[in-house]
Amino acid sequence: MINFENYFDIDTLLSEEHLLVRNSAKKWVSRTISPIAEEYNRLEKSMHSFIKDLGEYGFIASFIPLEYGGSGMDYISYGLIMQELERGDSAIRSSASVQTSLVMYPIWKFGSEEQRKKYLPLLADGSMIGAFGLTEPNHGSDPGGMETHVTETEGGYILNGAKMWITNAPVCDIAVVWAKNENNRIKGYLVERNFEGFTSPETKNKWSLKASATGELVFNNVFIPKANVLEGVSGLKGPMMCLNSARYGIAWGVLGAAAACIETALNYSLQRKQFRKPIATFQLTQKKLAEMTTEFVKAQLLAWRLGILMNQGKATSAQISMTKRNNVFTALTIARESRQILGAMGITGDFPIMRHMMNLESVITYEGTHDIHLLITGNDLTRISAFY
Amino acid sequence: MKVLICIGHVPDTTSKIRFTDNASKFDKSDIQFIIGPYEELALTRLLDIKDAGTDLHITAVNVGPVETEATLRKALAMGADEAVRVNAEPLDALFTAKQIAEVYKKGTYDFIVTGKESIDYNGGQVDGMIAEILGIPSIPSASKFEIMGSVAKAEREIDGGKEVVEAAFPFVIAAQKGFAIDPRIPGMRGIMAARKKEILVFEPSEQANITKIIHHYLPEAKSACKKVAADNVEELVRLLHEEAKVI
Ligand SMILES: Cc1cc2nc3c(=O)[nH]c(=O)nc-3n(C[C@H](O)[C@H](O)[C@H](O)COP(=O)(O)OP(=O)(O)OC[C@H]3O[C@@H](n4cnc5c(N)ncnc54)[C@H](O)[C@@H]3O)c2cc1C
Repeated sequence: MINFENYFDIDTLLSEEHLLVRNSAKKWVSRTISPIAEEYNRLEKSMHSFIKDLGEYGFIASFIPLEYGGSGMDYISYGLIMQELERGDSAIRSSASVQTSLVMYPIWKFGSEEQRKKYLPLLADGSMIGAFGLTEPNHGSDPGGMETHVTETEGGYILNGAKMWITNAPVCDIAVVWAKNENNRIKGYLVERNFEGFTSPETKNKWSLKASATGELVFNNVFIPKANVLEGVSGLKGPMMCLNSARYGIAWGVLGAAAACIETALNYSLQRKQFRKPIATFQLTQKKLAEMTTEFVKAQLLAWRLGILMNQGKATSAQISMTKRNNVFTALTIARESRQILGAMGITGDFPIMRHMMNLESVITYEGTHDIHLLITGNDLTRISAFY
Repeated sequence: MKVLICIGHVPDTTSKIRFTDNASKFDKSDIQFIIGPYEELALTRLLDIKDAGTDLHITAVNVGPVETEATLRKALAMGADEAVRVNAEPLDALFTAKQIAEVYKKGTYDFIVTGKESIDYNGGQVDGMIAEILGIPSIPSASKFEIMGSVAKAEREIDGGKEVVEAAFPFVIAAQKGFAIDPRIPGMRGIMAARKKEILVFEPSEQANITKIIHHYLPEAKSACKKVAADNVEELVRLLHEEAKVI
């Protein structure tokens, strides 16, 4: 079969080392995740059990410096790892995104040296699982309105409130929680599993990301010692910088899911016969395949260019937002079109398409919904905020 | 203990094979190269032995032009400690074996590991030739390998059974399936560590090749697969009998 993933010879834009990174992640996923992905989704078994493996291979913490247990790699490598993980399932990529960009990144960027030394190596090798608590029951797209808050007390703070829709909440050992202080400023707090008054009930009955544990973080007078405050940042900028890093990874990740769908649909269309001919013979099928591949290549090039800008420290939040929106939408469209090519077969668990499609419904919502990202680009172009 | 492992640089098994120069040369353009699968298993086994506590220094060696360094880099990323490239086109088995024997003599290696054959030309001669040149024992096609103090123990598949061999150091052993279970996947820290590891480049000794490839032929294209429904045994038997004519 034609290597449609290299249609524009993108491999020559990558270094020898990038190719090694991609091949390693790809091999690991095909050996470890792909064979169990369907079963884990069917049984709603969370893939967090693979975080130790992710740590061992360095598929988490790839851009965190070596001294804190990371691999010190660039952003293209991070993107390629996300792509390969999501080729397996969005759940495993989500775990890796949260751990690396939403938990390790803020500790690395906004934490004290003691916090970095205490938590980063354990998060990097997967012996600790992290969660990121920003969204609340009443504040999703509008996190600035959050109600979770702290009041000062001797030696620290008392945290009250609740976060919702939090990836890995039920299984986390540590949560980076964003809450308002008495001056109404948003700060980050490191909440450890054994802190009294902290619970994390699981959200059941999802039809998407079924292999990822999602839940609430509930804080009932939780004492947070001063040593657990991320002093290096305040305001929405803190969580937004984390989201920049994670959204970048998602922009690559969904390429993996999209590629898995195209590959499946292309193969199927060449095998499946109707009216005595492979369905790939029909112009309408070819139109689908041609359009999907074109959009895939465009998304791929966008992700690559953004990676270069990330490496140079020049990527703007607006560029990251645009790439996340475009690439997730592209992947979801590809999943839906691919499913059509498979006809009834497309709805079964014998092929990965429906699973990817359902997962991508979460991905198009989390880390900023598609529409919120449109507003971000709109705002960037017009300098007029249309959020409220 | 020091080991020299011969790393083949071979086309990915899914490559589309083409030839140039009147079918006398293999066309390398657009080909993805990989570590030979047997060598990958061999290196994996060495790394397992090392991880289990044996003090083992692993040198990966390849006879090949500069582009094979990407393959050596992968061996380093998997965990080999250093690499040597003999800067020459590996023209035939004897030439390659002689170059590797030279590398062996330059160092203080305790044994040499190869794959049982390269998966491109399937010569399967280099391991035996190296052993002959150096006058040391050779263990071909080993499916298990262990170091037990001052000797090494290996298992070989033989017709209808297994053979257990023991050899004192130094020796040459060629790995086949079973040597290790799954080839080791380089981790990200290994890939980063490989950046700092050295690839030494040696110039070849003068011996030239004594065999020459004059022509390649591609196998006849296979006709398209036919799929038969799982419950339609009759049709399968009919096709095997009437079309494939094998039963
Ligand atoms: C599986 C999963 C995992 C998640 N993991 C995490 C996590 O780990 N950590 C975390 O903090 N959050 C997480 N989230 C939450 C996610 O980020 C939010 O769901 C998302 O930000 C949207 O918020 P909401 O669901 O409250 O939707 P709402 O904000 O209520 O939005 C509902 C709809 O209204 C639209 N809308 C809202 N405001 C506007 C506006 N101004 N103009 C036009 N349209 C608007 C939205 O686009 C959307 O279509 C996760 C979500 C899911 C589904």
